[in-house]
Amino acid sequence: MNKEYDLLIVGGGPAGLAAGIYGSRSKMKTAIIEKKRNPGGQAATTEEMENYPGFAHGTTGPELTKKMTEHAVAFGTEIIKSDVVEVRCQGEKRIVITRDGQELVGKTIIVATGAEPRILGIKGEGEFRGRGVSYCATCDADFYTDLDVVVVGNGDAAVEEAIYLTKFVNKVTIIVIHDEGVMDATKVIQERAFANSKIHFIWNSVVDEIVGDDLVTGVKVKNIKTGEISDLNCDGVFFFVGTVPKTDFVKGLVEMDDFGYIPTTDKMETNVPGIFAAGDIRQKYLRQVVTAAADGAIAATAAEKYIAEEEGFKTDVLDADKPALVIFWSPTVESTFETINMLENSVQGKEIKLVKIDTYKNRLIADRYQIKKIPTLLRFVKGEVVGRTEEVTRENTLNLIKN
Amino acid sequence: MVLELNKENFDAEVLEISKSMPVMVDYYSPKCEPCQELMPEVHALAEKYDGKMKFGKLDITQNRRLAIGQKVLGLPTMCFYKDGEKVSQLSGDDLTAVEIEEEILKFV
Repeated sequence: MNKEYDLLIVGGGPAGLAAGIYGSRSKMKTAIIEKKRNPGGQAATTEEMENYPGFAHGTTGPELTKKMTEHAVAFGTEIIKSDVVEVRCQGEKRIVITRDGQELVGKTIIVATGAEPRILGIKGEGEFRGRGVSYCATCDADFYTDLDVVVVGNGDAAVEEAIYLTKFVNKVTIIVIHDEGVMDATKVIQERAFANSKIHFIWNSVVDEIVGDDLVTGVKVKNIKTGEISDLNCDGVFFFVGTVPKTDFVKGLVEMDDFGYIPTTDKMETNVPGIFAAGDIRQKYLRQVVTAAADGAIAATAAEKYIAEEEGFKTDVLDADKPALVIFWSPTVESTFETINMLENSVQGKEIKLVKIDTYKNRLIADRYQIKKIPTLLRFVKGEVVGRTEEVTRENTLNLIKN
Repeated sequence: MVLELNKENFDAEVLEISKSMPVMVDYYSPKCEPCQELMPEVHALAEKYDGKMKFGKLDITQNRRLAIGQKVLGLPTMCFYKDGEKVSQLSGDDLTAVEIEEEILKFV
């Protein structure tokens, strides 16, 4: 018999770790499933980390994520090293299947697998990987001491990593697709790059091909305005051209956009009840450690509420011995207070239980029974709806109980 | 056992030895997180294939020229040597222990 978790988190980056902290701290049985030996995600491969609140100087990506991991484990989060290949729904159970054949059962799942560096598929990119083509400056900077490198990309990651590389290399040339002076990176990072004498720029251009013998010897740079191709000698090429979400394992189950990002509500709910998404994998405006952690906190809290509501409804209505009257009400509809009073009086002394669903807080159960009007009253017997009225008067209520 | 290699012992412990037994070299650096993650798994593989393959590791920050001479310019990288020559190379920060073991099995 597999043990069952309250919350299964797929992915151990900042979003998953924050979800682990919130989940286990609220006494849910929580596990993070992480593919790599050490959690931390993309953040663990970034040396420079100067925008996480509270750490102006003196922390690194690996250090910060190590502390987050310790924090989650201290509250009781279990960390399982495994690679998730599929997520399935089985009734109210949410099931995670791993590459090594394990089936983990949870009441809720948070998908927090993040994103990985985009591979452009330029000629020579695959061939020279590990022999001059790199996606990780902290991994490979040492090789290029006093040599010349090219950085492809112009977002925060590209420009920050270019600045990091200047500590080692002779010269960094950033290839920018935009017009002169225009980059996607934050202003403060751009200014730092412009002021760095080791950094040079080639504007309106892309890398067309990577050339070399055994190792990279240069790139062919194409000017997208003129179509002109020029040769640039270099010893290494670093790609930081954005990321792609790792959502293959939920394809066909969870709704996603054309790029593979998952849209969620502001409670991190996906279109599948009980499955939430957090971090870089979401359709969102800003992908940073701090926003990933925030997503994780929200998703775990929403998961906890989901379990409480689902289990409450199951015990009080679906599995109850007595028939139940369920009133869908809302604190924003003032007349429903009176309706509830009337209902409480009407069921007094009768073999029927009154259950109140606050639709302002809980849309999930209301949506399941297609509640369009507030108030709506349903009568349940043995878990099935046997009566319904949207005109909740005393007369209609008594009729509903009688039938 | 995974032998710490450097420019003094590389020829004898890798190239010469590979004439009688295949050798795998783990190129790493202290700052490379994916390398640090793989290291315990490489040690486990060294235990498992003890006597069939020899295992070494090379800190590229101390032996940069040697690494570049072996056409290694990215981490983590595993190189396989046989008959005094490099015969195979695996690279990439998404490299897994499973992929390394599959490669080992081609030579033992």
